[in-house]
Amino acid sequence: MYDNSTMETGKRTLSVLLVLVAFLAFWQLAVMLLRPPEYLLPSPVAVAKELGTAPEWYLSHAVRTIGATLLGFAAALGLGFIAAVGIVYSRILENTLYTLLVALNSIPKIALAPLFIIWMGTGLTSKVAVSFTIAVFAIVVDTVLGLRSIDPDALDLFKSVRATPLQILIRLRFPNSLPYLFAGMKVAISLALVGAIAGEFVASQAGLGYVILAAQGSFQTTRVFAAIVLLGVLGTILFFIVEVLEWVVCPWHVSHRERS
Amino acid sequence: MSESAQIAAFENVPGAGDVRIHAVDKTYPGRSGSVTALKDVNVSVKGGEFVSILGPSGCGKSTLLRCVAGLDHPSQGSITLGGQPIDAPPLDMGFVFQRDVLLDWLNVINNVLLPCKLKKLPIHQWKPKALALLKLIGLAGFEHRRPWELSGGMRQRVAICRALLLNPTLLLMDEPFGALDAMTRDELNLELQDVWLSNAKTVLFVTHSISEAVFLADRVLVMSRSPGRIVDVIPVDLPRPRTLSVRETPAFTKYVAHIRQLFESFGILRGTNVR
Repeated sequence: MYDNSTMETGKRTLSVLLVLVAFLAFWQLAVMLLRPPEYLLPSPVAVAKELGTAPEWYLSHAVRTIGATLLGFAAALGLGFIAAVGIVYSRILENTLYTLLVALNSIPKIALAPLFIIWMGTGLTSKVAVSFTIAVFAIVVDTVLGLRSIDPDALDLFKSVRATPLQILIRLRFPNSLPYLFAGMKVAISLALVGAIAGEFVASQAGLGYVILAAQGSFQTTRVFAAIVLLGVLGTILFFIVEVLEWVVCPWHVSHRERS
Repeated sequence: MSESAQIAAFENVPGAGDVRIHAVDKTYPGRSGSVTALKDVNVSVKGGEFVSILGPSGCGKSTLLRCVAGLDHPSQGSITLGGQPIDAPPLDMGFVFQRDVLLDWLNVINNVLLPCKLKKLPIHQWKPKALALLKLIGLAGFEHRRPWELSGGMRQRVAICRALLLNPTLLLMDEPFGALDAMTRDELNLELQDVWLSNAKTVLFVTHSISEAVFLADRVLVMSRSPGRIVDVIPVDLPRPRTLSVRETPAFTKYVAHIRQLFESFGILRGTNVR
């Protein structure tokens, strides 16, 4: 069973890599043949060279963006989880907080970024705030769902041995909600990165969002591409970390999913 | 008195496992007036007796079991265990559900030890008991497996061990083998008999299989629906331990035929589709 799934994963990774290499080769070839001006479309090789010229400079900006993303994500995870527990256990919170969250979710949260800059300045805090605002909804919604979708028989089992409500929360509802929480985390980690970049677009002196905006102003398209490539790599790594965590924390769920 | 001392104290007390169900009615509020699930149910079960509760789906047999478990409450009448009225789940009760409800995030041994953990009893004291139960039911060596690595029959065996862990005087089983294939079901019927013979406790066993009810029980309570009531109580006088071949004996088939005719007379079976 394990060998089989490992092989499947290996095959899938290989095919993804092949597609990626083919795409880059096509791009490189197209640029070499059609020779568009570099400010319109640089070749992959040119982008790679650009990254190679100042790796530390790119790294320092990437670290800024990662910092804002992770802080925003962590805040969304912590506060979102607490809010979800409150919503599940309190009718009042469900009617107020949850209703408010659902209503606010229809606002494109990126539109709030300029407000956060006004309130918190152009430093890290405002980026973390945008990142948090955009990521928290996914955590709350999925955790509420997870805490609620308890097998009624499991609840009876706990009641049949006179488990306390706290025991039901900690030993039943919480572990049961983990697969849902991870589904929310996978959405939230990507959204947190979007939020950090959006914040950097509005006003900043550092971060990959700043790099993109500054390079765009001076038509350094190769540099824009270099930053975008870094963002792509970053997003993939962050998502992958959440997936590995899921494997470690709730292997039963991963196993169910692989079987179906 | 500590809870573990209380649990220990229940053993060896005469009448501790007696269940008395007296004039129990259960009605649920429904959309078009109230629905009567149970009507005037009277049962007296002696400590250590194995009683099957047999009936078609919707006859209220699970409701009755839930009332005995203290998970639900009768609208009228009373239920006592060892003379004490049941208003909350009794401390010395084990419950086996139709689905095994093993917790995916715990391994086999920790699933079995769950009642012990929830009641805050010392794990190290009960672990040998848990291992012995797993061994008794043929799961030695599976302690550290995860539930999702086990077959349906193995999972239900683990659930039975969990229910038996604290040595309950009362074991309630709600169609525990209903979701299993026929051969696994036969195996588990035999194992359940062994467990019960080795440590007689009161068992209330809900099923909709006539032959399973007769095979396992000292007495079969036959229920009918709308409203759910007991229409007959049939003592099963077959020697123990019973083997699977007992099902082909004339005495056994007579019990089965009698119960089937009983259902037919209530319009529940029409002489076809009998198990």
